Formats: sequence, C-alpha cells, structure tokens
Amino acid sequence: MALKDIIERCTVLHEDMDFNAAKEWKAADPDRKVIGYLPVYVPEEIIHAAGMLPLGVFGGGEQLEVIHGDAYYQSYICRIPRSTIELGVTGRLDFVDGMLFPSICDVIRNLSGMWKMIQPEKFVAYFDVPQNYADGVGGEYYTKELEHLRDGFAELTGKPITNDAINQSIALYNQRRSLVREVYQFRSEYPWKALASEVYVLMRAGLVIPVEEHIAMMKEYLAAANEEDRPLRDACRVVINGSFCEQPPLNLVKTIEMAGCYIVDDDYLLGNRWLLEDLPTDGNALEVLASAFLHHSADTAAKYCAKKEEVGQFLLESVKNNKAEGVIFAAPSFCDPALLERPMLADRMTEHNVPHISFKYAENSGQMQPIREQAGTFADTLKLWS
Amino acid sequence: MNTEVIKEASMVMQKEMITRNYDALTSTEESGRKIASTFVPGNLNELIMSFGMLNNLPEINAIQNGMRKKSGPMIMDAERQGHSEDVCTYVKADIGQMSKGNIAPNGKPMPSPDLLLLSYTGCFTFMKWFELLRHEYGCETVMLHVPYTGDGVVTDNMRDYVVKQLKEDVIPALERVSGVKFDIDRLRENLRRSAAAEDNLVWVLESGKNVRSPIDAYFGGVYYLGPIFTAFRGTQEAVDYYRVLRGEIEKRIEQNLGPITPEGDMPEEKYRLVVEGPPNWTNFREFWKMFYDEGAVVVASTYTKVGGVYDLGFRHDPDNPIETMADYCLGCYTNRNLPTRVDMLANYVEEYQADGLLTNSIKSCNSFSAGQLMMMQEVEKRTGKPAAFIETDLVDPRYFSAANVKNRLESYFQMIEQKRAQSRVA
Ligand code: SF4
Ligand code: SF4
Repeated sequence: MALKDIIERCTVLHEDMDFNAAKEWKAADPDRKVIGYLPVYVPEEIIHAAGMLPLGVFGGGEQLEVIHGDAYYQSYICRIPRSTIELGVTGRLDFVDGMLFPSICDVIRNLSGMWKMIQPEKFVAYFDVPQNYADGVGGEYYTKELEHLRDGFAELTGKPITNDAINQSIALYNQRRSLVREVYQFRSEYPWKALASEVYVLMRAGLVIPVEEHIAMMKEYLAAANEEDRPLRDACRVVINGSFCEQPPLNLVKTIEMAGCYIVDDDYLLGNRWLLEDLPTDGNALEVLASAFLHHSADTAAKYCAKKEEVGQFLLESVKNNKAEGVIFAAPSFCDPALLERPMLADRMTEHNVPHISFKYAENSGQMQPIREQAGTFADTLKLWS
Repeated sequence: MNTEVIKEASMVMQKEMITRNYDALTSTEESGRKIASTFVPGNLNELIMSFGMLNNLPEINAIQNGMRKKSGPMIMDAERQGHSEDVCTYVKADIGQMSKGNIAPNGKPMPSPDLLLLSYTGCFTFMKWFELLRHEYGCETVMLHVPYTGDGVVTDNMRDYVVKQLKEDVIPALERVSGVKFDIDRLRENLRRSAAAEDNLVWVLESGKNVRSPIDAYFGGVYYLGPIFTAFRGTQEAVDYYRVLRGEIEKRIEQNLGPITPEGDMPEEKYRLVVEGPPNWTNFREFWKMFYDEGAVVVASTYTKVGGVYDLGFRHDPDNPIETMADYCLGCYTNRNLPTRVDMLANYVEEYQADGLLTNSIKSCNSFSAGQLMMMQEVEKRTGKPAAFIETDLVDPRYFSAANVKNRLESYFQMIEQKRAQSRVA
C-alpha cells in the first residue's frame, strides 16, 4: 500500500469517534467482546487472550463536541475525562462490553467510579499497578491483580483463559512491540521520511484495530516510508515529554514540525511500547507480565521513582539515544502528573545542558499560533547553539 | 449572639499541644530527635512515635500558613521557580516555605526531615510532592503504596501488599533513621490509646445528629479532628483531649446549646447541611461567618474523614498492629471509590436529617474534586434534598471570592426554603 493510503486510513481511524472499526470487528461474530481502556497502560495481552478486542479510549480529541461532559467537571479539571464521559453518555461506547481505568492519576481513578454509576450493568474496573518494584512485594501484588483481572474477563466471556493463550498473545504483542520500536527507530534515523504526524496516527490506529492488523499495517508503513523520497530539512531534533495521557490535537504535532522541529521521540502513546523488551513466551504468563512491568517498563510521571538520581534518567537517555538537541515539555492543562514532575525533569535537563521549553495544551486546542512561535524560536535557538 | 469568646478547656489544651509539637520539631538539634515527614491521610503516627521520632505534616504547615495569610507569597514564589499554576497549592506553599528559610509557624527554623515517609493514600499529588521534596532535601524517602479501593472493597491482596511494605520497607527505614529497634509492644500501646481517642471522636462527630446540633462538623470539625489527624494520635494527650471535648459537648447538649463559633454560641439553627470537600483556609473565619450569620450549621462533613473514616466502625486494633495500620490506610476517605463516597454522603443527609448537600469544590485538589458534580447529582437523586456547590481553594488567596461564595450560599439557602415550602404544601 502506498504511504499516502496508509496514512489516510490511519487518519480516518483516528478521527472516528464512533469506533466503527471496532464495531465491525465485533459484529463479525456474536461471541466477540470489546474492552475499552484509558491511558496509559493496560496488559492488552490478557484481553486478547480472552478473545476480546482491547480498544484504546483516549479522549474525544478535536473532533468531538463536548456538550454533556462539562456538566460533570469543573473548569479546572483536564479535558480527557469530560470528553470520555461525552463518549459514554452519547452512547458511542454502548457497544463496548467493559472498561478499564488504569492507575495514572486521581482524575482517572475517580472516573472509574463515575463509570460504575453511569453503566452499572457493565464490567468496569479500576486497574491498579504497583509503585513498589520488588518482586516479592509489588510483583506478588501485581501478579494477583492480574489473576483477578483474568478471572473477571473469564467470567465476562464465560470461558477460562489459559496460560498458553496468554503466552500466545504475548508472542503476538512481542511482534507489535518490536515493530513499534522499529518505527520509532526509523523515525529517529530518518525523521524527514517518517513525519511525526504520520507516526502519530499510525500508532493511534493501533488503539482501535486488532493487533494482527496493526502489525501488518506497521510493516507496510515501514516499507512505504522507506521508499519515500522526501527532502531533508534544516530542522532540529527534539523529544516531546508530558503528553502521555490526554493527547494533543494532531495539528499541534504538525505545528511543532512545521516550526522547524523533528520529533525524534515522544511519550504520546506510551502504552504500546510500555514494556521495553520482548517477553518470554514459555513461562507463567502473568508473572512474566508482572516482572516486565517492574523491571523493564517505560518511565512516566504516573510512576514513583524510587531513587532521586533516577528521576529524569529515562528522558535523558532518550535525548542521548535519539541525538536530540532539546526537549519540549508539552503537558495537558491541569495535568497533575505531568505538571508536578516537570520541574524535576527540567532541572535534570538543565544539569545536562539540554535546552528545553514548556507549554500546555488541551485535546481541543485550536489556537496554534503561540505554539508555532514558541517552538519556532526554540528551533532557531537550538540551531544557533548547535 | 453572645460575642464574648470563651475559650473552652479543650481549645486551650489543643493550642498547647500544637505549640509543644512545633517546639519539639524546631529543637531537634538540641534534643537529637529525628523527624519523619508524612501526610495526614494514611499517617502512621503510632509507628513513627514507637521509634521516638517526631511527625511533621506538610499539609498542616500549609494550613497554618494559609490561616496566618502567609501562603499567598509562598505559592507565588514556587510558581516563579517553575511550578505550574495548575497544581495543588499545598505543594507550592510547602516549597515556597522552604525557599523563605523554612520557618515553622512558631517563628523558628524548621529542620529538614530525616525521613520522608510517603504514605501514598488516596491522592496522586502525594507521590510527586515527596519526590519534589527529596529533590530539594535529598533525604531518605520510603514509599508506602496503598492501593485504591476501586471496587469499594479491601481485598486480602491489597492488605497483604501494604503489610509487606510496612514490614520490609517502612519499619526497616524507621529503624535505620532513628537508630531504635522496632518494639511491637510500644506500637500496641500507642494503638490502644488511638482507639480510645477514636471512640470519643466518633461520639463527638455523631453529636451532629441531634436536632439542634451542639457542633459544627466542618468549621468546628477541623479543630476537633486536629489532634487525631496529626501528630497526636496514639498519645495520652489525645486521649485526654477527646475525653474533655466529649464532656464539653455533653454539656452543650444538656443545655440545648448550638455550636460554638468565633463570635460565641450560635443562637439559632436554621439550616442543617452536609458538606463535601476541604475548607478554604486563607479566609477561614470569613467563610465560616457566612454560614453562622445565616444560621447554617454543618452537621456532617467528609473532610473530617480524610485522616480516617472512624464513624463507619474502624478502630486501630492493638491485637493486629501491622494489619490494622494497613486497614487504616486503605480506608481513608479519598481512597474510597466514588460510589462508596456517594453512599456515605447520602447516608449522612438522611441520618443527620440535613436539608441538603453543599460541595466546596477546591481548585487544587483533584483527589476530592474530580467527580464531585456527579456525586452531587446522585445524592440529590437519592435523598430528594437540594445540592449546591461553591468554588474556592485551600491556601491560594487568589481563588477566594467572598462575593461569589456569599451569593451562591444565599441562593442555596433560598432553594432550601423553597423545598421546605413545597413539602409543607404537599
Ligand atoms: S491528563 Fe493528566 S490529570 Fe488528566 S486524566 Fe490524564 S493524567 Fe490525569
Ligand atoms: S491534591 Fe488534595 S488530597 Fe492531594 S495533597 Fe493536594 S489537597 Fe491534599
């Protein structure tokens, strides 16, 4: 498939607030079920092993007009919960059989309880992850939480979920993880070929289609993007940080690029590369997932950093590995995790002479002019100093 | 209204307790005692004390600074240092206090904590707050992750996880920092005293069920829960304080007196309210006056449950010292899921014969605020009593608009009157 066609399909999937692809998947077999989940991370392998489709519900973006959602939230709360509520109360998620609310912040945590009240007949679970990274403590707790989740899904589908089935899913998700890494690597090496806005919609598509399809799509994308003959621009290399939950409008990603920045790494859709390495496929699958979470998962503000010297290390490594010249801290307005963490990350960057700027956005931000100016000035400064 | 303020014995006692505690905190250089900083919800005061350590609660310092009108410049200082205007103002007041020489409310310099005991219970901000303090102080931090009760129940897995962390991380860290060996009997003694004080606290809070409530369970309530939510749970002083306080309230009931306010006894009880959310501290007196001037008494509140929901039956249990600490942390108000919080509120409205629910929505606090509007709708639906909300902040004076709050309160009281008139007709 030509690059243009792949990106077009991804864009349609990204903009479709009725989740038609997931609906079609479900309609093909009356036994099929769909589990929605919010950012940042849930173990999709278990949902997949239950024969269900994991569906990333990452807010309403710019597309969705929020009419009811505002009655549920005060003005000083970020946007993603209100657009998620909007999706719920307008019936767009009625076809979804269950919702998972991962542990990320108090807003999502409380939203899990709201959802229980809005859809009392549905499977709704808050999914906690450990902030203690010792195998015998956080690991054991997490493994049992995963068992609980697995049993909940088994009850929902009426079929037990075997260890083998989860291992098979892990194998499939290993493929996806490795392809996601490849795409990011490719973009880091050839950012003029792999535009950030395109990689963004490619990753975003993975939230709403079956993993098998996403794997095929990424393979096609890599082949097509490699063929693409695009001019190398005089842009600087930046890493985006702080955008792991409420997503920026696509226009914002484009604006940063147009302002003269190649995005060589980001934390937009961290869930699909949360586990940093391939997982073994022949062990106790839940223990394997737990261990990967504890010892080989991405760092983000929603996690506790046990040691002072480790704060910001993940970001710093990304800067180094991707030969970035600067960091753009772009966080949703009112986002506690990202905004509380930012001063520590900023200090760490300053310590290592990594220039940085910061701004806030909302998923429906329309005004790009200030961001274009800020990013443009940043790019000019970086060029001047490099 | 009697405007002569008579200080009750319990008030004098509490004032002395707080003064002594700040003096102990600011004289560790001479005494050699070690300090653990920790948060109000999920605080392990009995355990900290069993190591001979002192407990310093940054939220309480922020409140003290808020009430003394010192928090505004501190917050602005923190914002100038790069902290976002969007995040919890307790954190910024704390960081601002540090940059102003870290002066304790008694005017003396507050020493850096020897340990940051991060009880991560019911609020995400706690986690980053102590990471930020560690970033500044560089002192040892120990994390106690308390899982959120998303399904409204405490499971064995959650309890085991907390117990294990207490045994494997928290207690060893306290031993290391204090140089004192863990003594379970000392802990049990402290827990026994906690339970005794908790019994009387619950009695006091439930006295709001009397029609002609002898207490205000929000504005007065924050004073009543001071000792138990802070550095005194598990001390004999707290046991004595609650005994004396109970005696005073018993007398008020006998004499059919309403709550005591900064301007004396409240002459009349016109409206009985349940309040959800923390109070505003920068304009606390002014805020309270808007209620008592109108004859509005808060008969129950959820803020008085942030440091422990004792009225639903929990007591610290000296026979199961570690498990009871785990249960305590798991059960704090904001660690409970929203349906449970709605149940609590609806029950309060019914059991305390309230006229309705008022929410003080705090700009800083997602832990409380996210979901409050829906909680109000649910409580209204279930009780048939009107709900309303006002917006303020904890310690940021920029977000307290007296005129706005007053207007909203006035319309709320009118709404209650209309409801009453309707039910008289029906
Ligand atoms: S954007 Fe930030 S504050 Fe809002 S739900 Fe996501 S993590 Fe929480
Ligand atoms: S967010 Fe709320 S609960 Fe958390 S520290 Fe701030 S005021 Fe306290």
